[in-house]
Amino acid sequence: MATATHPTQDQTVIEFDVRTDEMLVNMGPQHPSTHGVLRLVLRTDGEIISEVTPHLGYLHRCAEKIGENVTPIQYIPYTDRMDYLAGMNMNLAYSLAVEKLCGMKLPEKAQVIRVIIGEMNRIASHLVGMGAYGLDLGTFSPFLYAFREREMILDLFEEVCGARLTYSYITIGGAHDDLPDGWADRCQKFLDYLKPRIDEYHALLTTNHIFVKRTAGIGILSKELALSHGCSGPMLRGSLNRKAGDIAWDLRKLEPYCGYENYTFKAVIPPFDDNYYEVPYRAPRGAIIGDCWHRFYVRMLEVIESIKLVEQALAKYRPLREEGDRLRAEYERKKDGLSPAERKQEEEKLNTAFKTRLGHRIEPPRHLSPGEAYLETECPRGAMGFYVVGAPGKQPVPLRVRAKSSSFLNLSVTNAICSGCLIADVPAIVGSIDIVMGEIDR
Amino acid sequence: MGWLEGRFEESVMTTTLEQAINWARESSMWPMTFGLACCAIEMMATGASRFDIDRFGAGAFRATPRQADLMIVAGTVNFKMAARVRRLYNQMPDPKFVIAMGACTCGGGPYYKYGYNVVKGVDLVVPVDVYVPGCPPRPEALLEGLMRIQDKVRAMKDLTRGQPLEVPIPSRTGFTLLPPELNDPDPQKAVEKQNAWAKRNKELGTPAKA
Amino acid sequence: MTATDLVARLEEKFGAKIKSKNLQAIDPFVVVEAVDLLDVCRFLKENADLGFDLLHDISGVDYLEPDPKKAPKAGFDPHVEVVYHLQSFKHLHRLVVKVILPRWKDDTPGQLPEVPSLTPLYGSADWHEREVYDLVGVYFPGHPNLTRILLSEDWVGHPLRKDYEFPLEYHGIRGR
Repeated sequence: MATATHPTQDQTVIEFDVRTDEMLVNMGPQHPSTHGVLRLVLRTDGEIISEVTPHLGYLHRCAEKIGENVTPIQYIPYTDRMDYLAGMNMNLAYSLAVEKLCGMKLPEKAQVIRVIIGEMNRIASHLVGMGAYGLDLGTFSPFLYAFREREMILDLFEEVCGARLTYSYITIGGAHDDLPDGWADRCQKFLDYLKPRIDEYHALLTTNHIFVKRTAGIGILSKELALSHGCSGPMLRGSLNRKAGDIAWDLRKLEPYCGYENYTFKAVIPPFDDNYYEVPYRAPRGAIIGDCWHRFYVRMLEVIESIKLVEQALAKYRPLREEGDRLRAEYERKKDGLSPAERKQEEEKLNTAFKTRLGHRIEPPRHLSPGEAYLETECPRGAMGFYVVGAPGKQPVPLRVRAKSSSFLNLSVTNAICSGCLIADVPAIVGSIDIVMGEIDR
Repeated sequence: MGWLEGRFEESVMTTTLEQAINWARESSMWPMTFGLACCAIEMMATGASRFDIDRFGAGAFRATPRQADLMIVAGTVNFKMAARVRRLYNQMPDPKFVIAMGACTCGGGPYYKYGYNVVKGVDLVVPVDVYVPGCPPRPEALLEGLMRIQDKVRAMKDLTRGQPLEVPIPSRTGFTLLPPELNDPDPQKAVEKQNAWAKRNKELGTPAKA
Repeated sequence: MTATDLVARLEEKFGAKIKSKNLQAIDPFVVVEAVDLLDVCRFLKENADLGFDLLHDISGVDYLEPDPKKAPKAGFDPHVEVVYHLQSFKHLHRLVVKVILPRWKDDTPGQLPEVPSLTPLYGSADWHEREVYDLVGVYFPGHPNLTRILLSEDWVGHPLRKDYEFPLEYHGIRGR
């Protein structure tokens, strides 16, 4: 009776092909763990995903049409609302594009203020990204800790410009107002308070056994795919390898703006298994370059680099501010004892000093120059580009304002990196991309 | 709470059933996570530790509409999103309340003039109880809005007098039905008709010369 | 490589297909015909010295002055431009490639102008081209899935065109 054949080869045994049907699961626009109104349609075979289709447009607010109808200064609040977690950086990106088109050269103090504010906003944005990532994965404490620190940054911003979220502070020509008195000291105090707190976040998330299990080795993005899809920011940097000779693709280093070439900081890319950066923790076992854990860790290390940048910028700001105050006080003292011609001359000298070095803002031209300019800056989520086309003739409004958003391209790789993972990995992957729907849908 | 107040020892409280139910409802309004745009971040900040919304009882943000009784529409509503907003509102069980948070939900906000894809106020889609203006409103403003909802709940007369069972029609809406000369089953032709009408009537839209 | 060298290499290879160039602009650009776009971009990407493997942005720009009284003084003829911003990961140089199209194909309103799709070369072209199709109304034959991405599927019209009229209503919600 023993025919010694395997059941699959025995012709008398009929096997049914037991296959689960494919399911289309809709992670709809309203979902607690898609960051904003993103709709993901998952085609799954049981728990394993075979395809992810993102559907966008649920927050399309016609920003580009508005850009053709309002002047550049009037458009600054709309850029705020694109990437609302990093409003200052968006203001900066648009202002730099328009300044490139008009050929404006800013005073040194304005650039220093821009660096301070931009990097503080980068810290705030990464804190929210980190906290919300923890929230997606199920932990609530990092969210509360992150918002506690972020509220302090928002207090500082409120002193500067009066708003907590949509600032419109960095305008064309510099910053809207100078920093308040004593702000630099308060900022320094906050940074001293923040530095030991970063270790708390590492203890809560980076080395947390559950967090590592959920993010290490998940959603691996290869460098070729990232470059082909135009990914940028921590998404791309988490997939580069310093040991393989990749340059750290950080626009602050490669195409410096706002005087970034004068600051010492490092652009962070993996691997983290040696002491090239002062990393508090090495990469855990199971973490592969290009996975969610590495993207998350790049963001955490960027916070430390941003703290260093802000400290350097504050050190540059203080003497400029003192000199400006001193010159102004001298002028106020002298002006009554001068003849009108001399007074005018002194005023001219003062104004020139402020326009070239000590001022926080210069007047933008009334009409936008004709031509086109495209400028990319390093926003917390990636390289944000603005393409501004000035109409020929003396037009106050641009012909076209196009915002190329980093999250738009970062999200387009979701299908490629999500295939083969489980449904529960999708929030981990989408959270590590750190998208903001306002920027994607504009 | 009535003439029986203070007639018994301290741990005995007298009230009417209506007041007790209203007090229970207002002290545990569970919002639905409906953050769409920038106002969502301020809503998250309201839920975080500095402006704790949990001390008002509204800290349990439910993801599903079936378990929520307050919908805080935080952020701009699109034409694409409007159908989903209405569907989620319909899925919430009674009694339900809506806070329109932010300038975009109150009346279109900064996207009023050139936003072709923006609904000019979410009360064109769902009936709103409290409007919280601001862009974005501070967390304190949102808490004020929540307290106004609580006042509304406190004034509910559920048991003694009949509550209207239908949802009230919001103030400046109604289903827009275009006349037949502007409407057409084929969407392409309908758009052409509307565009031609708008072009012809552009003079109606320009202001009179002083 | 500077912009002059880059454009010199391009002209050496393609000659007359580079319709025009502007090296004095803030971002130096070359203009090509729609039919030659794929060849030019393939050369730009695969040549080792040029190595343009990053496509940062595809923008569609509608050059039209909607007010007929101001049209003669506008400074340009009505057309649509599709602008490609390229960069090299290895060499870090940038270049802009433009394609100039008529506003409507064969001048019949309703027929969208066509540009071959760059999806075989760059992954970022996928969603950018969908967006240009959606908002500006340029058709990309060869695209795997050219559907609307930001507006609803049943939207009519291409909003970023200058002669776009805002809708009066959409599914019962008033629009203006």
